[in-house]
Amino acid sequence: MGKGSVQLDELISQEYRHGFYTPLDADAVPRGLSEDVIRLISAKKQEPAFMLEWRLKAFRHWLTMSEPHWATVHHPPIDYQDIVYYSAPRGKGDGPKSLAEVDPELLRTYEKLGVPLQERELLAGVAVDAVFDSVSVATTFKDKLASLGIVFCSFSEAVRDHPDLVQEYLGSVVPYTDNFFATLNSAVFSDGSFCYIPPGVRCPMELSTYFRINAKNTGQFERTLIIADRGAYVSYLEGCTAPMRDENQLHAAVVELIAREGAEIKYSTVQNWYPGDKEGKGGIYNFVTKRGDCREANSKISWTQVETGSAITWKYPSVILRGDNSVGEFHSVALTNHWQQADTGTKMIHLGRNTRSTILSKGISAGHGSNAYRGLVKVAKSAAGARNYTQCDSLLLGDRCAAHTFPYIEVKNPTARVEHEASTSRIGEDQLFYCQSRGISAEDAVSLIVSGFCKEVFKQLPMEFAVEAQKLLGVSLEGSIG
Amino acid sequence: MRETAMLEIRNLHVTVDDKPILRGLELEVHAGEVHAIMGPNGSGKSTLAHVLAGREGYVVTQGEVRYMGRDLLALAPEERAREGIFLAFQYPVEIPGVANIYLLKAALNAMRRHRGEAELDAVDFLALVKGKLRLMDMDETLLYRAVNEGFSGGEKKRNEILQMAVLEPRLAILDETDSGLDIDALKVVANGVNAMRGRERAMILVTHYQRLLDYIRPDRVHVLAQGRIALSGGPDLAQELERRGYAWVEAEARGQQAGAAGGQR
Ligand SMILES: Nc1ncnc2c1ncn2[C@@H]1O[C@H](COP(=O)(O)OP(=O)(O)OP(=O)(O)O)[C@@H](O)[C@H]1O
Ligand SMILES: [Mg+2]
Repeated sequence: MGKGSVQLDELISQEYRHGFYTPLDADAVPRGLSEDVIRLISAKKQEPAFMLEWRLKAFRHWLTMSEPHWATVHHPPIDYQDIVYYSAPRGKGDGPKSLAEVDPELLRTYEKLGVPLQERELLAGVAVDAVFDSVSVATTFKDKLASLGIVFCSFSEAVRDHPDLVQEYLGSVVPYTDNFFATLNSAVFSDGSFCYIPPGVRCPMELSTYFRINAKNTGQFERTLIIADRGAYVSYLEGCTAPMRDENQLHAAVVELIAREGAEIKYSTVQNWYPGDKEGKGGIYNFVTKRGDCREANSKISWTQVETGSAITWKYPSVILRGDNSVGEFHSVALTNHWQQADTGTKMIHLGRNTRSTILSKGISAGHGSNAYRGLVKVAKSAAGARNYTQCDSLLLGDRCAAHTFPYIEVKNPTARVEHEASTSRIGEDQLFYCQSRGISAEDAVSLIVSGFCKEVFKQLPMEFAVEAQKLLGVSLEGSIG
Repeated sequence: MRETAMLEIRNLHVTVDDKPILRGLELEVHAGEVHAIMGPNGSGKSTLAHVLAGREGYVVTQGEVRYMGRDLLALAPEERAREGIFLAFQYPVEIPGVANIYLLKAALNAMRRHRGEAELDAVDFLALVKGKLRLMDMDETLLYRAVNEGFSGGEKKRNEILQMAVLEPRLAILDETDSGLDIDALKVVANGVNAMRGRERAMILVTHYQRLLDYIRPDRVHVLAQGRIALSGGPDLAQELERRGYAWVEAEARGQQAGAAGGQR
């Protein structure tokens, strides 16, 4: 028995594969946060006045707030004055016009990451808005999308070229007063992705952003805003990696989704930020606010996330089910290994009649990892006929990891139906041996068993990303078995 | 003069949780042979099967096991499997979410890689499996269900033999594959096993019942008692055991052990 967990340990303790650093000349603002820094960021980005005003309101509000400490995560205090809030690869103040303008060093970084940035690879159907530190360096397939009236660009471009859309929707789902990290983001966000799908248009390809934190001591604060107008459909994928560093880095992003009548947004995340080393040194603090608004009737928003990275993950992609008959879904795989901590889950807020939500959460803990599911299902008085189904499964590898489940349920309408199921299981030494006795290596056996555990979530991912996610799980678990 | 044995077990002592289970077991199995191992509950038959397959937690304190001229105990379980050892489990394990066919394909391709052969693609693999499915009289839908999950007892056992048929091992150890099978299923399984008998392949059948041996005629029958092979014989021994039970064998084994302890042999 004892030997089994030793094997598991080795398999789990694999090295982080995306840990390289690209030496680039960075154009950064001085360390720390003040109104001056915010004005500087806004000026560098040549933003219109409404944007600067909004940032400053957020900053002033942030000064009145304090860091939340209710999650089951632990970290040393973060010195917010020791963070560089803006860093752009030099010479790209305005963003490059084409791939040819992009620093070749940068392109090589993407190559190592396996980001399909080149147009020819994009023919496979992925349009990438790549965010390198704070400025979006390349947006591809924009022209093709533009012919359909789809806007897909960096947030900065959107502020410049589509200020009306930005002004109408920005902060309409996650107001700048929302929470400590979202408010901080509202004050200092540097870039991100923007997407607008006009009425009746089905976006013909998966849209994708690949985030990567590169520069040292740079907190990355990106902001994503996706609007699906009446009857529109879009599937969006976000992937993230960050290089290895000893110190911890803060990542406080905000994602807002708006689905209007009959529209559907599928948002998938594969998050592989640097998790820290085996001793728990370094790694990304991933404090993210993601929320979707099913603003009108018959709309649908589904979140699918595969979270294998970050030292600390703190995120609750949520859906406000405002429109009648609207549907919210949350499918999640969260893996914690070594000393990683994840406190993740969702909130489903039922306001409209006959609104439905489904929550499927799969937590995997290995090493000393700690994994908490925290979910809120709220059914307002107005939400007659609302239904929720929650299933929450935890899988433990080894005996030093932990899994917690915190379901919160508030039902104000008697016609609502809310179901919750939960299970915790340990990866079986018998399952491992069974696979091994069929010639399958211990490592492959673990990833086979784990991917079986995650299957229902992977089914929700676009095909090519399901494959990637499966590989990522395998990689993240490697070394836990010898 | 016979060629060297495929499997050679010498003076094998095994403890589980510090409890001695096997105590000086000797066994030799040659290519082409089928051996039956019988013995009372708890005598260590499954322990032997697991030790041969490399399950951890079974500590070999003495003795050696040679397989194809190599030290078997030095190999990891998956290496043993790739070298041709197959264990049909007494209690096949469920793996939720993993399609049966996926496990089979991963297993076969792991072996093929080990042998330096090209991996089979989905189409060739399916053709191969379908042929074996017919042999086992199994429903194709079982291929797409999660490994052993919700399978009936009989389906699980058939599934083990299906895996054996696909993986074509050199040495197959079948641990009570007949238990829990109805008469028809027993015949199907026996047919599957008989179809795989051959000069290059050896089999060890762990069973409690003569019934199986009516269909699969063994070359040798052994009784495991007191942690060792207490008695060996031809196919007739199984019939005698069916009539007389194990008590007399155990009594003899105890006598032998007492004698051995006294220095005699
Ligand atoms: N993990 C364990 N801890 C303690 N004892 C064990 C363990 N595993 C097996 N044993 C003991 O080892 C002995 C042999 O078990 P084994 O399963 O090999 O018997 P068997 O001959 O296969 O029996 P059956 O005919 O019932 O299948 C039994 O007494 C059993 O209780
Ligand atoms: Mg047994």
